[in-house]
Amino acid sequence: MITNNAIASQSVQNKKKKYNNLRLTPVAWMSILIIMFWILVAVFAPALAPFDKADMVSFESFKLVEEASFLGTDYLGRDVLSRIIYGARMTLGMALIATLISFTTGIILGFAAAISPGWTDQILSRIVDAIMAFPSIMLALIIIGGVGTSLPVVILTVALIDATRVFRLSRALALDASVMDYVTVARVRGEGVNWIMFHEILPNTIAPLAAELGVRYTFAILFISSLSFLGLGVQPPGADWGVMVKENLQGLLYGSPAALIPAACIGSMSVAVNLLVDWFLHRSSTMIPEELMG
Amino acid sequence: MNNLLEVRDLWVEGCPPGGDYIPIVKGVNFSVKQGEVLALIGESGSGKSTISLSTMGYARPGCRISKGEVLLKGEDVMLLDTQSRRELRGTRIAYVAQSAAASFNPSLRLNKQVIEALTLCGLMQENEAIKHVIDLYHRLELPNPKTIGKRYPHQVSGGQLQRLMAAMALSCSPDLLVLDEPTTALDVTTQIEVLKAFKEIISRENTAAIYITHDLAVVAQVADQIVVLNNGEAVEQGRTEQIINNPKHEYTKTLMSAVRQTPSIVHIYKEKDQQEGIHLLEVRKISAAYGPLTILNDVSVIVDKMESIGVIGESGCGKSTLAKVISGIMPPSTGEITLTGSVLDGTYRKRSREDLKRIQFVFQMADVALNPRQTIGKILDRPLKFYHEMTQTQRNQRVEELLELVELSSDFADRFPGELSGGQKQRVNLARALAAEPDVILCDEVTSALDTVVAASVIKLLESLQKRLGVSYIFISHDLSTVAAFADRIVVLYAGRIVEQGPTSRVLSPPFHPYTKLLLSSVPELRQGWLEDITATEEARSGIAKDVTVSSVGCSFTDRCPMSIKGVCNTQIPPIQRPVGGHEIACHREIVELNKGIYKAEFDEFV
Repeated sequence: MITNNAIASQSVQNKKKKYNNLRLTPVAWMSILIIMFWILVAVFAPALAPFDKADMVSFESFKLVEEASFLGTDYLGRDVLSRIIYGARMTLGMALIATLISFTTGIILGFAAAISPGWTDQILSRIVDAIMAFPSIMLALIIIGGVGTSLPVVILTVALIDATRVFRLSRALALDASVMDYVTVARVRGEGVNWIMFHEILPNTIAPLAAELGVRYTFAILFISSLSFLGLGVQPPGADWGVMVKENLQGLLYGSPAALIPAACIGSMSVAVNLLVDWFLHRSSTMIPEELMG
Repeated sequence: MNNLLEVRDLWVEGCPPGGDYIPIVKGVNFSVKQGEVLALIGESGSGKSTISLSTMGYARPGCRISKGEVLLKGEDVMLLDTQSRRELRGTRIAYVAQSAAASFNPSLRLNKQVIEALTLCGLMQENEAIKHVIDLYHRLELPNPKTIGKRYPHQVSGGQLQRLMAAMALSCSPDLLVLDEPTTALDVTTQIEVLKAFKEIISRENTAAIYITHDLAVVAQVADQIVVLNNGEAVEQGRTEQIINNPKHEYTKTLMSAVRQTPSIVHIYKEKDQQEGIHLLEVRKISAAYGPLTILNDVSVIVDKMESIGVIGESGCGKSTLAKVISGIMPPSTGEITLTGSVLDGTYRKRSREDLKRIQFVFQMADVALNPRQTIGKILDRPLKFYHEMTQTQRNQRVEELLELVELSSDFADRFPGELSGGQKQRVNLARALAAEPDVILCDEVTSALDTVVAASVIKLLESLQKRLGVSYIFISHDLSTVAAFADRIVVLYAGRIVEQGPTSRVLSPPFHPYTKLLLSSVPELRQGWLEDITATEEARSGIAKDVTVSSVGCSFTDRCPMSIKGVCNTQIPPIQRPVGGHEIACHREIVELNKGIYKAEFDEFV
């Protein structure tokens, strides 16, 4: 009876504890604000942008701040602000789709390889090794060069390359988890691969995978930007932060910030996503109650 | 000033994440003289480890020492700065942790780890230090003291690792040795060996020691003084003989009553006649191997309805492998398993859901057997849905019933395993097996990780469940006393072979096979001087000190057996003798030789 009372009071404390763990730190707040800001910008781009992304607003290129265009103009005299706003849509959207595709395929195949060792694992792992043997930018050049560039091709190429990294990680994590007794219990119960994957292993590997998701997402932004920079990604007159850096690079010589602004946008988004992931990781690691008494 | 260590009015507070500080040690006083052993005993959560750590001026993360003095030779440890405290630890106070296996770095050679404190503190050069620890290995009676340090941790046994930990602790000749449950994870035979080594070296080096354990019988062997702790308070303290023979406080009496009874004086005659016809579960001539390494050899076991079979043996005897083979986790290389007459497939993958349902496995470590990200409700719900196809409301009700069955309140359903104590987790673990409504439950060392009071309650629960639900158990344990009080029949495994099996009373009182005798005599008794008695003869020492080795010819037990016959035991596989129904003994010696005089009349009928 005494123990039951003690347990009851403990459970109240536990609820308090869970609440504490979910509390956002100032850094997390800031990250969320930045991310929310960019998401809103991307969603409402047509309403927010003063001009269209392809409109020439001035005959003067690399013009600095003036009344018509708040952030100046780019090398063709287009409004930088409008292009940043439309670029958010393109860059963030493409990276998001690519990351989601790479994570679903990477996790499913990685878990499958870990749970069913033998031929499945061998075949999948060797294919992934072969893909990873190519430098990623080189592989992307080969694929896009061969197939021809279009948005779906760029997205799928980035997803494929990212998926190999996700595969590696999720396979390793699942191998660790799959030797735990609770997985053996599920196996001996007669559970199928799906249950073991999504109910036993996934919840226990979610924290490192979420961290990877954040990192991969920023990498995807950077990767798409570099593809655009090389001329393989978003094609003119489409606006993409990477393209904008490339196009306006020469402006730096004339003291124009037109290349730095999109670079700063890429930076702000990457930092915000990473900080948010850090906060999440920290939170989930403190969720394991510490044994205080021995 | 003849007290080496004095602890005065010690208060330690702990802070649960997000909560306020609450006291976990409440005003404890004690003192230790040179050459004396003080035991801190209590259940888990009583604060014994916390107290021992605070003698080094250390509080675990989330804890703080709020009040009190810890005087080491008159000097207050609490008042020292961080640097001097670091120097104190390892050189003047040394700590031996519970699990030596987890405390050694697996990728460094033992010598390097043992001499680390010596060389790090600049007390000795490496060569000198190695000479010094080899000398310690000698005194701790480690085998091959000159070369053992060149091995890696996985190449020596658990008992040897524990002694190597002690060598590490003793290397700087500390004034005070803190031993935190050093034998709890060990087999009974290994425990004797380690206890003896500790006791001898403490008296020879004339150091003081604090010994932490929950096992009163062990304390009786090593301690001069005992402090009994309950919820952070010292409820009773005094000389060992006084506490053992004449406990005053109620709590001490409870602890005493939870101490395992010595199996030889257990006289519950639980003998049941072997049922005729089809058995519930039959294991027939099973052999199993990991690659070239044979783990099980020609093992046959029969389980009937409502029967409890105890499987005992030291670690490395193949007990857990037997459970894995029965459950289909590890397919046998030869032999077959039948369930009510029909043959089961060797691997669980090919067994039908109905067959899987009927045999359930309860794992040793409840910590890792419960998915930390599933609530208890979900853990229990799944087998109900999987095997019984109940509706959601039926399942919710059943989860509540199951929790009640294992004596937990229904609000446990919303909690995660991390929020439960060890004993509660083990109950949930058991409830999950019960959810399937099995015929046989395989219990692999389910009480080994629990302290005596909790373990006793789990055993009681198992017994009452059997009466209510009619399940059979295969209960695997290295702890003979637990098995003896509980099992209907006992199977004694040694190096993968069954050396003796039969009804509990036939196997244990009196014991026949020399190995059964060794196991029985190794269970600590609650009296002082037992350790000296048991290790008095050369024969006993050789039996205790050696590890399980598997030999392909003859009887594997030969090199530890006091009764082995040269030229016979080491060359021929022992014949199985059946003195009475259901009792089998695998030994070359005649039954009458194995146990002179006792039950002779009974055997005369058979001879």
